[in-house]
Amino acid sequence: MIRSSRQSAGNLPDINQRNAAWYIDKLVQYLVFLSGISAIVLIVGIFIFVTIEGLGFLFEDFSFREFFLSPWWEPTDDDEPTYGILALMAGTASVTGLAMLVAIPFSLGSAIYIAEFATGRKREYLKILIELLAAIPSVVWGFIGLTIMNPLIIDIFDVPVGLNILNAGIILGLMAAPIMTSISEDALKAVPDRYREAAEALGGTRWQVIYKTILPAAKNGLLGGVLLGVGRGFGETMAVLMATGHAINIPGSVFDSVRALTATIAAELGETAVGSPHYQALFTIGIFLFSITFIINLTADLIVRGIRKS
Amino acid sequence: MKPGRIVLLSMATAITLSSQNLAANTLIQNKGSDTLVNVAQAWAETYPSVNPEVAVAVSGGGSGTGIAAMINGTVDIANASRQMKKKELKKAKESGQDPVEHVVGFDALAVFIHKDNPAKELSFNQLGKIFGRGGDFTKWSDLGLSVPGCGSDKIVVVSRQNNSGTYAYFKKAVLKSAAKAGIIVKGSFRQGTLDMHGSKDVVDLVEKTPCAIGYSGLAYATDHLKLVCISKNDGDSCISPSVTTASDRSYPIARPLFMYTNGKPVGAIKGYLDWIHSVAGQCILKNKGYAPVHDVTCP
Repeated sequence: MIRSSRQSAGNLPDINQRNAAWYIDKLVQYLVFLSGISAIVLIVGIFIFVTIEGLGFLFEDFSFREFFLSPWWEPTDDDEPTYGILALMAGTASVTGLAMLVAIPFSLGSAIYIAEFATGRKREYLKILIELLAAIPSVVWGFIGLTIMNPLIIDIFDVPVGLNILNAGIILGLMAAPIMTSISEDALKAVPDRYREAAEALGGTRWQVIYKTILPAAKNGLLGGVLLGVGRGFGETMAVLMATGHAINIPGSVFDSVRALTATIAAELGETAVGSPHYQALFTIGIFLFSITFIINLTADLIVRGIRKS
Repeated sequence: MKPGRIVLLSMATAITLSSQNLAANTLIQNKGSDTLVNVAQAWAETYPSVNPEVAVAVSGGGSGTGIAAMINGTVDIANASRQMKKKELKKAKESGQDPVEHVVGFDALAVFIHKDNPAKELSFNQLGKIFGRGGDFTKWSDLGLSVPGCGSDKIVVVSRQNNSGTYAYFKKAVLKSAAKAGIIVKGSFRQGTLDMHGSKDVVDLVEKTPCAIGYSGLAYATDHLKLVCISKNDGDSCISPSVTTASDRSYPIARPLFMYTNGKPVGAIKGYLDWIHSVAGQCILKNKGYAPVHDVTCP
């Protein structure tokens, strides 16, 4: 309709005419479309690549029992190489678990402060600073673990080595806190003001309003934030490689050194012959990590989206 | 650890490259063993004064890295502190490479402890019990020792990443022998060893940790460490690691160091290897703390 009315105007250019502007318009349209779907293409591409590289191992040397239940990771043994990731999983899980114990109170506290107490300038500065904290490169965090936390832990707890779960857990907790803070703050902000007003009208103190009304109302968003933090912890490599002590171990205390799944790939992949069982086994760990973080992030996303809709 | 090593290596590579004669028109890529990297560096730095036509670029990363690069055909000379495995040779043949082995020197593998540790000598069986899977020495008091500064009494076992040649040689020479003697169940490392990413990291950690014990090439030893005297059998008199005891093969954990070329070396690579085996080349090796392949008298 519009087109015909324009055509009838006569002196306006025909937009069906294939001049330079038409081509540019089409080109930009396709470019924007490609950028739009690039995330999907990349994620599918990466998944296919990792799976193909790990496939040989999955079909030949892979044994479900050994892979998931054996604590022995000895891919370079001449006689009988063993590919057990139980100890590596225990390492990743223990570090991530401790990181969450550190990060949850921190991030929840700062999210409550920013969302409910801080006002005006103070609030804006805090938000910017927290985003800056998220931008610190992980290798810098690892460096802090190696050079500052290590001697500190040795001195304070009188343990022989300070590169352990405690060190990596604290580092990782501080790394995960910023993203958890921003998501939690969003969730708290999403609670309608009428909840606060109603709770205050009933005579609730500030803490009662937050504890009894706002936190329960925002619980899905908060849970989503925590899950994203867990995903961050699972996937982190460099800081964990530097701060854990890199020892294959099923830990008995927070002062034990461990090794994470990600760190194992980072430390060994560069030095294995392409296509060897060891190389493929490392890619199989990659598939496993990819699946876990995918599930965690998807769950977090669904939970967060869930509250936005309701 | 890794990042430190990468920085170090790239610096080392940069230095080598910058010291090359600009007139050089042949570049030899040389990569591999961390044990050999220092001496390979020294060779590469000196060689342009012998033959200005040839420049050598050296990088480390471990024997596994060098051998993997040889298999993938991305280096001219691979350095290794262990022999190539049958599987690796087969892989190399499959990808069209024909690795030829050259022994360029010998290295004593030293066992380090903190300088305050009162231990003096250890036998293969004792090492097996400390490092090996199923070994029952987990505390220094199990050896009848009390180590000052090590309040927890726990032995902190420092090892290397599993594709290091030093790791493979220690495992083969010490742990397999202890397993054969029935001291430990299997000739492999115990769980919970701190796997360092380079000989230098092992040395750094043992220097700082009174409870620790580790191993590396003798050339990495410093004055802040104590070298353990080693005996092959319980009751034998022990031998201290040194260039001399490595040369005459009396030190029980001395190993040959290898360079691998693709096919019989020709041209520039042949010239370089011949020079390495000459008195001048072997003296550089000896000065770096390794044992030469033949008797040389160095200035």
